[in-house]
Amino acid sequence: MATIQVTGENEQHPDVALVASARTGDVQAFETLVNKYDRQIFRIAQHITQNREDAQDVVQDAFLKAYEKLDQFQGNSKFYTWLVRIAVNESLMRLRKRRTGKMVSIDEDIETDEGSVPRDLADWSPNPEQNYGQAELAEILRKTIQGLPLGFRVVFQLRDVEGLSTEETAESLGLSVPAVKSRLLRARLQLRERLSRYFRMKKAGEK
Amino acid sequence: MTCSEFLALLDDLIDDSVSVETRSQIREHLSGCEHCEVTLNTTRKTIEIYRSHQVYELPNSVRDRLRAAIMARCKNGC
Repeated sequence: MATIQVTGENEQHPDVALVASARTGDVQAFETLVNKYDRQIFRIAQHITQNREDAQDVVQDAFLKAYEKLDQFQGNSKFYTWLVRIAVNESLMRLRKRRTGKMVSIDEDIETDEGSVPRDLADWSPNPEQNYGQAELAEILRKTIQGLPLGFRVVFQLRDVEGLSTEETAESLGLSVPAVKSRLLRARLQLRERLSRYFRMKKAGEK
Repeated sequence: MTCSEFLALLDDLIDDSVSVETRSQIREHLSGCEHCEVTLNTTRKTIEIYRSHQVYELPNSVRDRLRAAIMARCKNGC
């Protein structure tokens, strides 16, 4: 698979040394890790909470929790995957607080056929994003992904946008690999279907 | 290959993890099925658009504030 990075046995991921230094109290090493991953953590948190303030709080809490628990980091997964898992849990906690009484879970089985069979089969105009201004396009993309069930949009974001492998996505979310695969396919197809409303080639006479 | 069989392989195809043999079966299906070709191309485009346009960005001023707060707590032993 394209996203799996094969690392040689002698080749060490640069985070390993940073984590080792941070463990011995080198706060600058930890700051380097914060600088490296804060934007990704913010995006993931905002996809889950859909709230800017909560996502900012998650960035702070996730890094602080990671710092506190550095001793517990086993090193059999990447630091980034471990950090994402902490951030996902923090985000879900914030979401549950806001939606008291409502079930919030990435693992809930989503009964939906939407997108499982492509319906809108019109081709898109070439470079459809160029038909929109930056702000307008951003709004379309945001609204479209926000409309997806939680488990779908998070899997899509981690796997397709943030570049985690299927296995790392499963580990971060506490899902099985088949569950990630099934959500990813449905997420991709639902997004495609919804974006088609904006990007499809217009037939003659259509507005 | 039917359209449903193609759809079941869509993710593997996009992620470049299909065997040479399967790939040639897919190519054969696509040459006669415009619908599946459109589905493949527009799904690829969907991923590409989301990769190249981040939906949420952390403004630099907020980044600096958060980092300062995190590091202050770390220096004090959290």
